Amino acid sequence: MRQLFDFNGGVKPDYHKDASVQRPIAVSPAPAFLVIPLHQSIGGTPRPLVAPGDHVLKGQRIGAADGNLSAAVHASTSGTVSAVEMRRMPHPSGLSALCVVIETDGKDEWGERQPFDYRNRPREETRDYLRDAGIVGLGGAVFPSHLKLAPGKQGSLDTLVINGAECEPFITCDDLLMRERAAGIVRGIRIMRELLAAHRVLIGIEDNKPQAIAAMQAAVSGSGESDMEIVAIPTRYPAGGAKQLIRVLTGIEVPHGKRSTDYGVQCFNVGTAYAIHEAIDLGQPLISRIVTVAGNVAAPRNYEVLLGTPMRAVMALAEPLPDTDRIIMGGPMMGVPMPGDEVPVVKATNCILAGSRKLFPPPPPEMPCIRCGECAKACPADLQPFELYWFARAKIFGKAQEYHLFDCIECGCCAYVCPSRIPLVDYYRFAKSEIWAREAEKEAADKAREHYEFRQQREEREKQEKAARLAAKTAAGREKAAVALASVTSAESATAAPAASPEEDAKKALIAAALARARAQQAQPANTTGLTPEQEAEIAAIEARRAAMREEIRKQARPHLPPDN
Amino acid sequence: MLTAILVMALGAVVLGAALGYAAVRFRVQGDPLVEKIDAVLPQTQCGQCGFPGCKPYAQAIAKGEADINQCPPGGEEGIRKLADLLGREVKPLSAEHGVEKPKAVAFIDEQICIGCTLCIQACPVDAIVGAAKQMHTVIAAQCTGCELCVPPCPVNCISMQPIVETVETWKWKYPIIEIKPAPARIS
Amino acid sequence: MTNSPYLLKPASVQSIMLRVLAALLPGIAAYVWFFGAAILVQIALATVAALAAEALILKLRDKPVMLFLTDGSALVTAWLIALSLPPLVPWWLTVLAVAIAIIVAKHLYGGLGQNPFNPAMVAFALMIVAYPQLMSHWPLPGAATFTQQWQMIFHALAPETLDALTSATPLDALRTALHTQGTTASVASVLAGNGNIGQFAGRGWEWVAGGYLLGGLWMLQQRIITWHLPAAFLATLFALSGAASLADGAHHAGPLFHLFGGGAMLAAFFIITDPVSAATTPKGKLIFAAGIALITWIIRSFGAYPDGIAFGVLLMNIAVPLIDMYTQPAVFGHKKEDMPHE
Repeated sequence: MRQLFDFNGGVKPDYHKDASVQRPIAVSPAPAFLVIPLHQSIGGTPRPLVAPGDHVLKGQRIGAADGNLSAAVHASTSGTVSAVEMRRMPHPSGLSALCVVIETDGKDEWGERQPFDYRNRPREETRDYLRDAGIVGLGGAVFPSHLKLAPGKQGSLDTLVINGAECEPFITCDDLLMRERAAGIVRGIRIMRELLAAHRVLIGIEDNKPQAIAAMQAAVSGSGESDMEIVAIPTRYPAGGAKQLIRVLTGIEVPHGKRSTDYGVQCFNVGTAYAIHEAIDLGQPLISRIVTVAGNVAAPRNYEVLLGTPMRAVMALAEPLPDTDRIIMGGPMMGVPMPGDEVPVVKATNCILAGSRKLFPPPPPEMPCIRCGECAKACPADLQPFELYWFARAKIFGKAQEYHLFDCIECGCCAYVCPSRIPLVDYYRFAKSEIWAREAEKEAADKAREHYEFRQQREEREKQEKAARLAAKTAAGREKAAVALASVTSAESATAAPAASPEEDAKKALIAAALARARAQQAQPANTTGLTPEQEAEIAAIEARRAAMREEIRKQARPHLPPDN
Repeated sequence: MLTAILVMALGAVVLGAALGYAAVRFRVQGDPLVEKIDAVLPQTQCGQCGFPGCKPYAQAIAKGEADINQCPPGGEEGIRKLADLLGREVKPLSAEHGVEKPKAVAFIDEQICIGCTLCIQACPVDAIVGAAKQMHTVIAAQCTGCELCVPPCPVNCISMQPIVETVETWKWKYPIIEIKPAPARIS
Repeated sequence: MTNSPYLLKPASVQSIMLRVLAALLPGIAAYVWFFGAAILVQIALATVAALAAEALILKLRDKPVMLFLTDGSALVTAWLIALSLPPLVPWWLTVLAVAIAIIVAKHLYGGLGQNPFNPAMVAFALMIVAYPQLMSHWPLPGAATFTQQWQMIFHALAPETLDALTSATPLDALRTALHTQGTTASVASVLAGNGNIGQFAGRGWEWVAGGYLLGGLWMLQQRIITWHLPAAFLATLFALSGAASLADGAHHAGPLFHLFGGGAMLAAFFIITDPVSAATTPKGKLIFAAGIALITWIIRSFGAYPDGIAFGVLLMNIAVPLIDMYTQPAVFGHKKEDMPHE
């Protein structure tokens, strides 16, 4: 038996997993319309590659990764792009973002699929391929996988950890995936292992999934892989947190903000491994995922769902009970409430949890914190949650950071055990987003100050140069130049110096003429008739890009702290 | 009685001398105050305070020539931070310098722009790119929303667009503390 | 709309407080057995006074009365005061002590969860400073009938009667004897000449303390408290008194007398474990409890008060923020790093 390590804290809530594992994974049919958000992973928003009217094939790239910290998105089935527009996102804010809406044609016609010969290509190319195949972490964090598939400084990796723990109550998508598609997962692990040059692979699965463990064991022994081990780990939430799983399997604690590769270990979800197998071996980009539909439904089950399918459609398959009053994406411990049931299934959607007042009763009234320390006992990150709560509540953000607020993984254990029923995690979420916003503001201010100072310097220099030129030109020579220089430098706001009035008049006339021309141009927009479809498509694409740019304009970039899982 | 008075007087003299010496000996060189004030200011460089930029305003505050409530972009929170820093009383924003507005960035309607470069000259942070007779555009990430480019435009093609909250910039709200009044008290 | 987690463990402040009250029962049973039912009268008085004071102040502070009245925290405070005070003090003293605890020590600092000082100990300390005479009369085991006790509580008997039925506590008796008789007295001679001494501590007292110990162990098993506070407190008191009695057995009582002769057991499991005013980090709890034990032992051995627990608790309460700040446990992945304050 392998020696296992322990992490402090954790809780044992009711698991509610049995109901959704009774039947195999079913395929959720393609809906009439797919709404595919362009922004489905951490990082930049992909650029739309299609315009309304375009016909797309299944697996066709419709959004190109924006820089390296991003991943592409694809059409989940064949059809026609009916719009590239703002739609409500599966996000607790209920805000909209740019989505590609595809009217499906029912043919489910694949585009070209080519296996990728990763063994005979440079690793860099393979990573780019995975980025363009839209592979992101499917455990819920949706961090682009290609960024995690580079070995650390040593050029090789000690341990590749594969996360099949799945500790959240209700969720069973990884369990079923392991039961039914273990061979594919092991293939994916093989590929990851080669890219990372990993010496050994540890696959951690909570011991409440004996069937998954057996299936994976059979697949591993069937594959002939050496140094690849299935490890049954004790069932305790949140054993499936990347940091906790790495700790349990290897004894290594990866601190917040550090790359786990620097500690010789990297962690991937089993779903990600399977997606990599599909991308490399079958040439299929990430266009679907396994989603558990559970909670307040009559027939909980796992479905393979095309990305972009409205949650409503998937949930209907599991027959939600009439008193369902909310939809949660994810599990009951860390899931987020959805603004409506029309929002699409995205890469992060591991579970659609139907809720009701009966299933998740509203918490009893909040009482004051009595510092009983239950939360500290339950915290898997060894934090003092009640101290963080006091600081977050009083908005003393500096102190909260000193007490390691950002080491909090928002697992919810503290709020789960709190006898005072304080929504502790809400306070941490609030404090974190407030700190992010302030940091962004500060960064913007610093940049503005820099630009301003740079401009001041430049203006000063230009003045000097102008004066110098003037001095060189004038016949009068040095005396005059000195006077000019002195006068220019002494006047603080030289830019505002009024021009001579005849000059100004001339300028005004010019402007008026230009304005007239511009208006005339606007009045008869010329070349928009009798275009070829290609040209029209091009224009549409340009318009879409413009829309995306406007979108970009509207948002201030938030500094992304790269998550380490 | 007399002894007591003498002792107290002596104490006062000794302590006073010590304080005086410390003030001379440990005098803080330079003026870090301006930097600190400048760090609090929003760096919009809009000049609404009556000074040609944030730094000059910071210098004026440090010298006592300007009040702390002249910065509309900094708003109430900015005034509070300045008051904290300087140990002064918080006061409302001075109306003559403007009102606090939601954050916005300049947007140039490229159909109308004639490429006169007047806005480029006005921008304090070089956030507008373009050349003479070429259409201009705003680098949104650099724009501080100071509005200085708006009045010079001869064709009124620059508008200020409020920054809309997006999924990325959305913030979790402060949890509402539910202290429900006792049922009997509900009126 | 609420956010995750949606699953909550069935736990509440109320259930914690009620279990604390339940854990007091063995001690109370022993108390009644040896010292008579007067304590039940005092507990009832304290309970009524606490609920009334709590309701009044909640109303004045415009807080939800029923929500906080039923949390049980006022009851715990009330019972602890009743169990700390001598059982024969006049009724108004108990009521006054409870009112001070609830109104001043708890609510004027912000109510449940906000008080820096242990309310029960604030009340006890004030009473012992204000009414030292009344606070020194403890019933002789089996001396008074319930009627007599009742009369003492409600009608203040004449001092002669009082003297016949009560005596100083074992701790007090020992201290007074050692102080007044000077070098001639030794612990052994004083204890031998005192009829109130049982097997190893005060007669009856040792059983009551045993009852508290039992209740405390049950709370440990229930995970209401952690081992840190009681263990550190009892171990420190044991070590100090043990070392002192080994060094100078004639003038320092041994560890068993200290642990079972006064309020040490009640304090170890029920008083210093008040989470609101105690240190919260594991290391901090050890320091906090050891500090209380140290102060308690010093006051018992060299001070003028019969027991020093209340002062020990209050003095260490002041130090809690500091202790907590300097003993923050290492966070996951930062186990070798420095603590936040640096």
